[in-house]
Amino acid sequence: MRGAQPPVLHAAIPLLSGRGSGPGETIMKIIVAVKQVPVRDSSIRIDGAGKWIEEQDLSFEINEPDAYALEAALLIKEKHGGEVVVLCAGPERAGQTIREALAKGADRAIHIQCDDLASLETLAIARRLATAAAAENADLILTGLQSDDLGLGQTGVVMAEMLGIPHAAIVMQVEILGDSVRVKRELEDGWFQWVAMPMPALLTIQSGISRLRYATLMGIKKAKTKEVRRTAPEQLAPPAPPSVTMQRIYLPHRKKETQMLTGTPAEMAAKLTDVLRFEVRVI
Amino acid sequence: MNGVLVILEFRGVWNRMSWEALSAGQEIAAQLHQPLLAAVAGANLDDAAADLATKPLARAYAVRHALLNDYTADGFIAAFEQLIKAVDPLVVLFPHTYQVRDFAPCLAARFGQTLIADAVSIGLDSGRPVLVRQLLQGKLNADYCHTGAGPCFASLQAGAFRADALAAPPSVPACVVEEFVPRIEASQIRSQPGERFRESAQTVDLSAASLIVSVGRGIKEQANLPVVEELARALGAELAASRPICDNGWLPMERQVGSSGQTVSPKVYIAVGISGAIQHLVGMKGSKTIIAINKDENAPIFEVADYGIVGDLFEVVPALTAAVKKAQAA
Repeated sequence: MRGAQPPVLHAAIPLLSGRGSGPGETIMKIIVAVKQVPVRDSSIRIDGAGKWIEEQDLSFEINEPDAYALEAALLIKEKHGGEVVVLCAGPERAGQTIREALAKGADRAIHIQCDDLASLETLAIARRLATAAAAENADLILTGLQSDDLGLGQTGVVMAEMLGIPHAAIVMQVEILGDSVRVKRELEDGWFQWVAMPMPALLTIQSGISRLRYATLMGIKKAKTKEVRRTAPEQLAPPAPPSVTMQRIYLPHRKKETQMLTGTPAEMAAKLTDVLRFEVRVI
Repeated sequence: MNGVLVILEFRGVWNRMSWEALSAGQEIAAQLHQPLLAAVAGANLDDAAADLATKPLARAYAVRHALLNDYTADGFIAAFEQLIKAVDPLVVLFPHTYQVRDFAPCLAARFGQTLIADAVSIGLDSGRPVLVRQLLQGKLNADYCHTGAGPCFASLQAGAFRADALAAPPSVPACVVEEFVPRIEASQIRSQPGERFRESAQTVDLSAASLIVSVGRGIKEQANLPVVEELARALGAELAASRPICDNGWLPMERQVGSSGQTVSPKVYIAVGISGAIQHLVGMKGSKTIIAINKDENAPIFEVADYGIVGDLFEVVPALTAAVKKAQAA
């Protein structure tokens, strides 16, 4: 068997409730954790070591669900007042995504500068983010429900566990009610559920829940003067042996034999019509 | 440590993905030469326990508490944490349901483990579990090896394992279903769940359609929808869509196919401008024949397609509509 279990992580990073400065006052502080990922539909090449992808060929953008988390935060701020702080772990290039978030209306940012994201397990990255977030005493932490690159869908949920705060995953709508938050959770097959919980709380936001705003020219100009605090990961969490290791990445084996129809659009259309007529017989 | 524990989902009825996870558990338990165990949490588990008694399990656990009647992350994490400490399994598996996505990552973190989420296959390497996951919307696969000292936690993608592959139980004994009563206080549960509800009555039953034309991001804007609507009309097909189309309000939510929408298995599914994100594929990969039209030859939709066309949908689809009409007139 494999030896003793490591100590539990529950509530290892205390998060003080820092709501407002007096009774009845609602000044929201919202952290939005965002990730920079390869642009959707990029063509991907595996790197020489077979551990990650060639990044120099790629363009990067904000992870789509994180863009909706940022939008949700900005809407809450517009309604209730307060501050939106962007939290991002990533290499130098992530600075572009941070500036775009500031241009859209976030007030300031924390950039955990690190080049090792692809080699980290969720626990390690969540610990860095949670430690940086704990120092902020935020009322709400929002992030996208999953990343478009790794797609594990758990960094936010694990952050909540480490901070010892309640959470809800896959959130469609957020309402602030005094010291608590009420959220509409998406369930399977078109079902939903409202869940209320006290703040501070962490929510992972579903894509598509509202229209995303564009940065205005004024916003872009103002973003240049906003604070971006850079920290090194060593200041946040000591390295720990991973519980899970990504060994290699590779192209999936095609399980199905796909018959590709080729030619001009008219030729392809004619071939497909033959398939519909004579093979699957729906015409 | 001993056994492969599969955590199933029951809410009056079983979440069907539970049996897929159990099938995966059976596979890895056999490879590890370990007993297969299962657990389910709730307040009313009589029906669940009766079902579990008929399954090919070494043992099952009915984790019963009044505070587990409605799902809350706090309640379920506390209950399963106690069960896992008592059972001390080598591997803990879950179906990758929306509920599991809400609590399993925290549960794994309590044991100092990262959940290997949304895995599509499971095997062994030097005696340790290795799970395959998809990256970048299915463009790449990755092998994740469990190297931690605690149990290996993993959740399994919908449709990745076949529930009907679950071996029949041995004819003689029924599996023992043990009662497990966790210690939970009401004060531990910080969230208050409301009733589950559906937004509107579903008037479109895509699951009954034999022919579906489905449209995705490739259509670019709402004004372009007639391109696919005309094809659907010509074929007498139901029109469906991937999530972003419904999120934008271009088509009603009830026409959405995928994990958050409807699951369909028509005779023919024509995917137009759909790249094939995992969340979409789980809703349609059971279709008898899949036809994909996409400009990106590396789009994951081609992984599941029987017939593929790489091309500009704005050229191909109108040509197809015309060819279909011509064939019908012939």
